[in-house]
Amino acid sequence: MEVRNLICIGCPLGCPIEVSMEEGKVTAVKGNTCPRGDAYARKEVTNPTRIVTSTVRVSGSQDGAVTVPCKTAQDIPKDRIFDVARALKGVAVAAPVSIGDVVVSNVAGTGVDVIATKSVK
Amino acid sequence: MLQYDIVIIGGGPAGLAAAVAAYDAGSTNILILERDVQLGGILNQCIHNGFGLHTFKEELTGPEYAARFADQVKERGIEYRLSTMVMDISKDRVVTAMNRTEGMFQIQAGAVILAMGCRERARGALNIPGYRPAGIYSAGTAQRLVNCEGFMPGRRVVILGSGDIGLIMARRMTLEGAKVLVVAELMPYSGGLKRNIVQCLDDFGIPLKLSHTVVDIEGKERVTGITLAEVDSHNKPIPGTEEHYDCDTLLLSCGLIPENELSRGMGVELNPVTNGPAVNESLETSIPGVFAAGNVLHVHDLVDYVSEEAAAAGRAAAAYVAAGGKSDADVRRVPLVCSDGPRYTVPCTIAPDQMPEKLTVRFRVGSVMKDRYVSVYFGSDRVIHRKRPVMAPGEMEQVILTRKMFEDHPDLAEIRVCTEEA
Repeated sequence: MEVRNLICIGCPLGCPIEVSMEEGKVTAVKGNTCPRGDAYARKEVTNPTRIVTSTVRVSGSQDGAVTVPCKTAQDIPKDRIFDVARALKGVAVAAPVSIGDVVVSNVAGTGVDVIATKSVK
Repeated sequence: MLQYDIVIIGGGPAGLAAAVAAYDAGSTNILILERDVQLGGILNQCIHNGFGLHTFKEELTGPEYAARFADQVKERGIEYRLSTMVMDISKDRVVTAMNRTEGMFQIQAGAVILAMGCRERARGALNIPGYRPAGIYSAGTAQRLVNCEGFMPGRRVVILGSGDIGLIMARRMTLEGAKVLVVAELMPYSGGLKRNIVQCLDDFGIPLKLSHTVVDIEGKERVTGITLAEVDSHNKPIPGTEEHYDCDTLLLSCGLIPENELSRGMGVELNPVTNGPAVNESLETSIPGVFAAGNVLHVHDLVDYVSEEAAAAGRAAAAYVAAGGKSDADVRRVPLVCSDGPRYTVPCTIAPDQMPEKLTVRFRVGSVMKDRYVSVYFGSDRVIHRKRPVMAPGEMEQVILTRKMFEDHPDLAEIRVCTEEA
C-alpha cells in the first residue's frame, strides 16, 4: 500500500490529507474537512489539474487598459500548464471585452477555453 | 460644503462591501472616495483565482470578485468618485479631498468608514545591506507591472519573504518565462497560506528556504546577484552559510502594514500590534462615528473575511446615522485581552448591549503552534474550547461570541482569548 500526504488547495484552510492507494487506485482519504478535499485528493493522485490564470494584450481600450486578465474556464491537466501559458503569449484582443468572453478557444488543444475575467471598455 | 450620511474612504473590497451593507441597512446617502481610476482596489491586479469561496461559494479571480461587489454598488446607485485623493479628515468628520475636475473640496460626513487598505513593507524598513541598484521591487509592484502594465520586471528572480503575494508572483513570473531561483524566508515558517506553497512553489519546483535572509545585494546600475545566508534563532546570519545567486531581480514580500496616515492625522487611537485602529464591537474607532474595516484595521489573508468584516462596519455606520449620530459614551464595555498565543484581537472591547446576536472575534497567533486548544474565558469561566491541530502567524484565526454568553455573565470584567495545551 502506498500513502501520499497532500495539502488541499481547495480553499485557504489547507487541510493536510492522507491518501492511501493500492495499485494506483485510491482506497482511503483522511484528513479533509469537506467533500471538496476528498475530490481534490482523489484527483491529485490520479489526474492532477489546475486553473491557469494569466493576462493577454488588449487594444483600443477607452479606460487606457493595456492588458485584460483571463483564466481557463475549467481546470486543465497540471502537466499542460506551460503549454497554456505559451499559447497565451502574443494573443491580443480588441476592446470592449466583457467578463466571460472567450479570449482563446480550445487553448493548446486542451478542449478548454480561456475567458476574460474583467470587463474592459 | 457637500454633505453625506456616510463617507467611505477607499473603493477596494472593504469599501465596496461596507457601502452595500450600509445601503441595505437603510442608509442610502453614501459616497465612496477612491484614488484609483477604477473601483476594486488591489483585487484588480490579483488575477489569480481562489477568491470568494466563502462569499459566493465559487472560486473567482480578483477582478471577478471585485466586479461582483462593484456591480452591487452600481445597482444600488451608490455614489462614488474615482481618481479622488483624500487629504485629510477632521475629528468632526469633515473630509478634505481633491481630484483633477473639482480641485479641492470638503464633505461633512455623518459617519466615516476607513477602508484604505494596507501597504507593503519596503526595502528601507528591512535593513538589507548592499547596493541600491534597479531591479528591487516589492512583490505587489511587480504584480502590478506584470498584470496591469503588461511588462516583466526581470528574468532571473530571487524572492525574499514568503508572504502570499511573493508566492503568487513566483508562479506568475515563472509562467511568463522568468526563472525564479529561490524564495527565502527569515522566519522558520512560511508567512503565506499552505495552499500557495503547494500550487505556487511545489508545482514548479521552486525551493523555499526557511530561516534564510538576504545578506548582500550586488550590482551598481542593476541587480547582478544576491547572497543568502541562514540565520540563527536570533535572526542573525550564520557565517559560512552564504550562498550566491546570479539574478537581475529581487522581489520583497515581507509583510503588509495597514495604511493609517489619515487615521493618525485625525487622532484615531491605533493598536500598536496591528498598526490599525483600536475598535469596539461595532468596528468603531476611538472617535465616535468613525469606523474601520479590512486591511486598514488589520491585515487579512482572505478577501472573503474583509468583505464580511466591512459589511459589519457598514451596518454599524448605518445604525449610528439612524440613531442621529449619537453613540452611548456611558455604555458598559468589556475589554478583550490575549495570552499564550494570540497577539491581538479585533475588536479590542465589546459592549454587550450593542453587540449583534453573534460577534466574530479575529486574531493571530505569534508563532507556529501544534495540537493546541483555542480557549475563551469570561472571567474564570471557559466558554469556548476548540481544538486546532495547527495554527500559524500567517493564518488568521477566529472565535464567535454569542449574546447568550454575555447574558450568562452579567458582571463580566474581562474576556481572555488564549491557547491551551491539548
